[in-house]
Amino acid sequence: MRGGEQWRAISRTGEDVALEPCGDGPVLARHADAVIDPDGVAHPVTRPVVALCACGKSQRRPWCDSTHKSIPQAAPAR
Amino acid sequence: MKLPEARGPLSAQVIELLEAEPGGGRSAPHPDAGADALADEDFHLALWMLYELHYRGFEDVPDHEWDPALVALRVELEGRFEAELRVGTADFVRDALGSSDDLVEQIRAVIDAVEGPSLARYLQREATRAEVLDFLMQRSLYHLKESDPHAFVVPRIDGRAKVALAELQYDEYGGGRPDRLHSQLYADALEACGFDHRYGAYVDQVPGHTLAVNNVMSLFGLNRRLRGAALGHLAAFESTSSVPCRRIAGGVERVGLPDVVAAYFHEHVEADSVHEQVALRDICGGLVADNPALRDDVLFGVAACLYLDVLAARALLGTWERDRLRDDVDEQVA
Repeated sequence: MRGGEQWRAISRTGEDVALEPCGDGPVLARHADAVIDPDGVAHPVTRPVVALCACGKSQRRPWCDSTHKSIPQAAPAR
Repeated sequence: MKLPEARGPLSAQVIELLEAEPGGGRSAPHPDAGADALADEDFHLALWMLYELHYRGFEDVPDHEWDPALVALRVELEGRFEAELRVGTADFVRDALGSSDDLVEQIRAVIDAVEGPSLARYLQREATRAEVLDFLMQRSLYHLKESDPHAFVVPRIDGRAKVALAELQYDEYGGGRPDRLHSQLYADALEACGFDHRYGAYVDQVPGHTLAVNNVMSLFGLNRRLRGAALGHLAAFESTSSVPCRRIAGGVERVGLPDVVAAYFHEHVEADSVHEQVALRDICGGLVADNPALRDDVLFGVAACLYLDVLAARALLGTWERDRLRDDVDEQVA
């Protein structure tokens, strides 16, 4: 996972947080109660699914704000 | 809500039928064969009223939800609307099917192919306060029933797609908090601008194109055979929302409207970044994995959403431009 590795999604009950990477976009997290950022600050989860920024450019981190769509994609490796 | 005002002979006949007692062997009126089934305001107001019977209904008339004469008329109008949409979107669907085998890539190909003016960019940078308010008023027709048309699809699907659609809708419906219901957030925004925030309050003020944008969601949501198109429509809507909502929030702030208005759009920057991925991968991806034959209809729904959005955006920007030119002339004359 690109920049997304800096987030740690946790659940209160210890249930596994399901992570689903979305190509060039964010990482979806289900069953999370909070997301811990690199400074140890907990961001409470208020949605059934959240999208975690994986490009590092979101203005609303840890949440994705679709800024990744404005970043030119690298040409595919030959 | 009260019945709207008629916009022509067809909507007048529908109003007449709605005001009468149901039954009695009445026959449905026949629409004018020459009406533009993608934009005609008489055609689309008639269809909008027939659909509304399946949502909140009208407070000042008898209950007609399953009146055979009205259901027959609805089916006839739907047939013409769907046929025009199929014609207008066929090339986008065909090209997307040929572009990749991957559904998410195919949906993105349709999104890239349907080109039109950016209403959001105009609102962000140039629109007057009056134009931003006009936009908010027009959008109220949908946002006060936000997510309701797609909710009709839940009992028509199964498995991963159903779970993901319920997940997305739980978020749209406030995640357990009535004050966070998205339609309530929009009502709060309307109220802060001095608008009437009651459901359907501005149906008499919206043009045919806006009615069509609303009607396509009911067409897809209320017909089980079109469940693929309904979910394709949802994916297109969610995939083209986050970045535009950020721009619209910027426009709302630029013209100095209350913070609660920008807050509605800021919420959608974040929510729709989630919903886009859920709709593309889990809802549409899950549906097509279980029902491969629905792939074409998913893409049809994507294309229909964007095609009608482009027509409505062009019409709205054209109206605003004409109003500006007229104001300029008035100023010169004065």
